[in-house]
Amino acid sequence: MTLAARVEVRRGTLQLECELTANDGEVVAVVGPNGAGKTTLLRALAGLTPIDAGRIELDGKVVDDPAQRTFVVPEQRRVGVVFQDGQLFPHLSAVENVAFGPRSAGVSRREATARAETWLDRLGLAGKGGDRPSQLSGGQAQRVALARALASDPAMLLLDEPLTALDAATRVEVRRDLGRHLRAFPGVPILVTHDPVDALALADRIVVLEMGRVVQEGTADEIVARPRSPYVAELVGTNLYRGTATSGVVRTDGEGTITSATTASGPVCATVHPRAVALHTSRPEGTPRNVWPVRVTHVERLTDRVRVQLAGPLGIVAEVTLAAVDELGLREGAEVWAAVKATEVDVYEA
Amino acid sequence: MRRRAVPLPAMALAAVAVAAFALPLVALAVRAPWSDAWRHLTTHEARQAFVLSMETSLLATAVAVVLGVPLAWVQARVDYPGRNFVRALTTLPMVLPPVVGGTALLLALGRRGIAGQYLDDVGVHLPFHVSGAVVAEAFVAMPFLVLTLEAAFRSVDTRLEDAARTLGASQWTVFRRVTLPLVRPSLVAGAVLCWARALGEFGATITFAGNLPGKTQTLPLFVYVRFEGADPAAAIVLSLAMMAVSLAVLLALRDRWLGLR
Repeated sequence: MTLAARVEVRRGTLQLECELTANDGEVVAVVGPNGAGKTTLLRALAGLTPIDAGRIELDGKVVDDPAQRTFVVPEQRRVGVVFQDGQLFPHLSAVENVAFGPRSAGVSRREATARAETWLDRLGLAGKGGDRPSQLSGGQAQRVALARALASDPAMLLLDEPLTALDAATRVEVRRDLGRHLRAFPGVPILVTHDPVDALALADRIVVLEMGRVVQEGTADEIVARPRSPYVAELVGTNLYRGTATSGVVRTDGEGTITSATTASGPVCATVHPRAVALHTSRPEGTPRNVWPVRVTHVERLTDRVRVQLAGPLGIVAEVTLAAVDELGLREGAEVWAAVKATEVDVYEA
Repeated sequence: MRRRAVPLPAMALAAVAVAAFALPLVALAVRAPWSDAWRHLTTHEARQAFVLSMETSLLATAVAVVLGVPLAWVQARVDYPGRNFVRALTTLPMVLPPVVGGTALLLALGRRGIAGQYLDDVGVHLPFHVSGAVVAEAFVAMPFLVLTLEAAFRSVDTRLEDAARTLGASQWTVFRRVTLPLVRPSLVAGAVLCWARALGEFGATITFAGNLPGKTQTLPLFVYVRFEGADPAAAIVLSLAMMAVSLAVLLALRDRWLGLR
């Protein structure tokens, strides 16, 4: 099972223009902020929104190509979808929901019900088959939605923000189970999410979509180590600067400069981990190559550390200990000095 | 919680309104010849009118469902130029004086009507015939079904239909197994309202289908004729019976399908 898609869709102000490929045995996550076109992409793949231009091929078979006037309707694509909020049929019980796919494919009621019950069992929902969607918890409903999509034996599985509607505790649990089922799925699973944690936990490959375009693509490790857009950098919690390097000195697209220990030249991305940023009440003497005055704009307490947003010639986020906050008097409006060692600046080609 | 103070003038006027609705009902009940009621209800003519009314109103409802469900679906789901005009057109019988509707039907489907002359050639005669009563009732009552159902179709989350299609259901299967069950309460409510309106139809029926006992004289026509003529007592009893039926329908609707659930 393979997917090769070039999708162009214009919807209102959104102009989606992207390529996406996927192969058996790899979980692909499409990540992006709200309004990036993730759901539109997913709907195009499922056949719910015809594309304006491009071509979608499933297993070498063209399912949508406006130039060739080819369009395979959703019910014949064998694409399973787990929708945001589940979208279970409210008038049917859980088992009837799951049996809906097999029934539509012409399987007898008895056989379809048996299959549906098997799927509910597999997802840990034995005994819940008779419940209406309104009687299920959020996590249970999402499992039923997954069972329903899998029971119609799809070649491709699309999941649209499958965990977003869940509370934190349920989320962890459903995410773990989802991971197991995505690995076991014989076709191509594609996950759409705005949550980096879901993408990093579940996907082999991550495609970052922003304003309808793919801005970055790679394994989770690659994305975390080398973010290429401010959105991705924020997702993975690091400071990203884009600019032009001359012998390792990066002049950022803003107005600052940052010195690295490299000899890089040309257009680059530079990242600084928030923990590598040291803060001082007065200008530090000695070794650090990057020293500049900053003003605290926001202080956010994490579990054991504190994230401090700083404005200055070069805006940056620092992560410091609770003790440091007291010691340095870090609160909104406080003026301090930021210092980053050249060796802590990671530079790579943009 | 403190109870909100109710302004006295509003209460007083509301009470007057309720009295205005209740008074005619009370009058019917007070003046009804209770000792003779059963006899009036079971005379040959009354039973004939009753059966005819049931037949024509149920047939009219069936016609309204067969034509009105697709119409409501198209109005809710298909975006075409002139949709608002079509909605106004198909709602018109609700606000049109029924006599005007009947006259228009006669000019359209009567023997010399613009369409009726051709129907006549193929042997279909609607005016002054039971089928004419059905047409008149359907014409007046169908908007109740269409409006109720169009709103219901609009409120169905199309993402549920999308989900059904990705599960391999054809458009017809989606309609049958997802859309229709979801609008069923509105379909029932709309059909019952439509039926009740058809049952009470007077103006269009008498104009288009006439007032032939046993053929087109439905209950409302029967009541009118008796009240104006020989037997006002029978008219009162049957009026009371129809009022009871209407009230029962409204109460059932409110409890089961409408209002606050």
